[in-house]
Amino acid sequence: MRFHFKTSYDHDIRLFPDWWKFSLYATLVLVMLALPWIFQGVFGGRTAGFYLGEMTNVLIWAVAGLGLMLLTGTTGQVSLGHSAFMALGCFLCVNFLDAGMPFLLAFVLAGIVTGLVGAVIAVPALKLHGVYLSIFTLALAILADDLVVILEHWTGGVNGRMAPDFTLFGASMNRWANPQGWYFLALGTAIAVTLLYRNLLRSPLGRAFAAVRDSEISAQAMGIDVARTKTLAFGLSCAFAGLGGALMGFFAGAFNNETFNFLISIQLLMMIIIGGLGFIHGAFLGAAVIAFLPQALSMATDFMGSASIPGLEVGVFGAILIAFILFEPMGLYGRWLKLRVWLELFPFARRDMFRRQKSYLKTERLR
Amino acid sequence: MEVLQLLLSGLANGCVYGLVALGFVLIYKATEAVNFAQGDFMMLGAYVMIGLVNPQFMGMNFWLAVPVALLIMAALGYLLDLTVLRHMFGQSQTAVVILTIALGFVIRFAAGLIWGHEPQSLHSPLRLGDVRLGGVVLSLADIAVIVVTLLMTLALWQFFQRTKPGLAMQAASQNQMAAYYMGIPVKRVQGAVWALAGVVACVAGILYASKGTVDISSGFIGIKAFAAAVIGGFGSLPGALMGGLIVGVIEPFAARYLPAGYSQIAPYALLIIVLVFRPHGLFAQVRTKKV
Repeated sequence: MRFHFKTSYDHDIRLFPDWWKFSLYATLVLVMLALPWIFQGVFGGRTAGFYLGEMTNVLIWAVAGLGLMLLTGTTGQVSLGHSAFMALGCFLCVNFLDAGMPFLLAFVLAGIVTGLVGAVIAVPALKLHGVYLSIFTLALAILADDLVVILEHWTGGVNGRMAPDFTLFGASMNRWANPQGWYFLALGTAIAVTLLYRNLLRSPLGRAFAAVRDSEISAQAMGIDVARTKTLAFGLSCAFAGLGGALMGFFAGAFNNETFNFLISIQLLMMIIIGGLGFIHGAFLGAAVIAFLPQALSMATDFMGSASIPGLEVGVFGAILIAFILFEPMGLYGRWLKLRVWLELFPFARRDMFRRQKSYLKTERLR
Repeated sequence: MEVLQLLLSGLANGCVYGLVALGFVLIYKATEAVNFAQGDFMMLGAYVMIGLVNPQFMGMNFWLAVPVALLIMAALGYLLDLTVLRHMFGQSQTAVVILTIALGFVIRFAAGLIWGHEPQSLHSPLRLGDVRLGGVVLSLADIAVIVVTLLMTLALWQFFQRTKPGLAMQAASQNQMAAYYMGIPVKRVQGAVWALAGVVACVAGILYASKGTVDISSGFIGIKAFAAAVIGGFGSLPGALMGGLIVGVIEPFAARYLPAGYSQIAPYALLIIVLVFRPHGLFAQVRTKKV
């Protein structure tokens, strides 16, 4: 166990608490950067391309997941409607490309505009608490599905749109011809979003997010403008989701209203809970689960020698989620944290160190 | 005449939404949790009934099967509370919301495994015959839906207002600790309310299956029922029925008078408008939270 003797207030908000942590994350980034060549060495040829595609998928889900994590994990507002903002980001990006913008500009601008739209929508949504907000956002997601069909001129309606081929830094970005390029695009976005997220958490705004999550009334008493904080959280979260959505649609090759069905936002929410609500790591772990689960299941059914069972994926996903909420509400990353503390303190760790606080419920209804 | 026809068929649909919404409100009223799986409960109730009645399954007499199906669903509701939801006692509402969404996925999967993915219809005596009133045609099932829903809402409303168990349920949600002090077995009361919600869902399912076909994604009408419950103000039983009727009536009128594509968004647009202007529904029961 390492002890940090803090000698200045800056210690509390450093990006990395010590050199050991820094070198861990630096190694992780280096390994991720070298992954195309590692895969090439291990699997070779086309298989490497396939696994690289899977990794890209994980990273894309993680970007969208980070968006929802900022809202749900850090600010404590549950949204069931992030698929709407993913769709918005994706269709904005396509239309910006049509207008002749270079990809990078179109991509970033799509994220920014999605964020602005999200912030505007957040203003009425702010008055809502808890369950009402979830239902409001669920309605948004369903509306978005229908709006994509109605706004055929920009979205291609039910037929959807093909992702146009675009070039980035002189390289043609086609998923099949250039899996490495796509991988680096997703990795770059994921790293950028993670850094932004991490830096937000270190700023007064990030601490305001956490304060609003823990108690709105206390946050207000501390002088935090709750409405402004929630709006910013919603906007930023939507911006990340928009980036993730743009990547997801383009990576899929073709997208229509079904690509951004409201089930996607529920899946996104489940993903961050399985990963670990409130942790940046959780978004990545959850994304890995969601991206590899279908493969694992199809391998399992192959192994059992049975035909594929329709709906198995979703059913198993639901069951895993129930197990997590009942037995490990802190998710995969929480489990790892507990394991680490147990190892660090061995043999002095005690079960009650992670006891969940329970409280008696009181209604907000008065009649 | 056309307007009247649209209105009546809307009312019949709205009653089904209202029944599912009643299930939401019941659970919300008594446990302060929101059951996102109520629509899937309804679907399950319909399938249990189909499994009992339809000739390719058990082929029971319809009227004999009704109490059996109700009992099965009550038992399922109670078991669900016993095995899963009771562990959530004392935890945040959000966790329960997500848990019930996951439960919905699992229920849908299980129903698909047992009864298959093709749409099925219930062999119901309510399916026979129409009733003509002037120029308006109403099927027997529509009338049954309206009558049963009204009776059910009235009964549940009175149950919550008048009877001891009903008051105990309300007390258990309003302040758990105080309810314990008053000698209310809060957990058992919550189990009872989940069983009750199972019964309501089963009634809704039987009526829904009598009106048309059921498949495993029928549970998604739960989302419309949500709109109904929210419009009515979560926590109010007559409000839930009212909201259900509003949503049900808006749908056929939007389909008739709005351009194609816009009609199915009408209930959700209404939901959003209501939430923006009356954040706690038309029959609000919430005032500003105090510390």
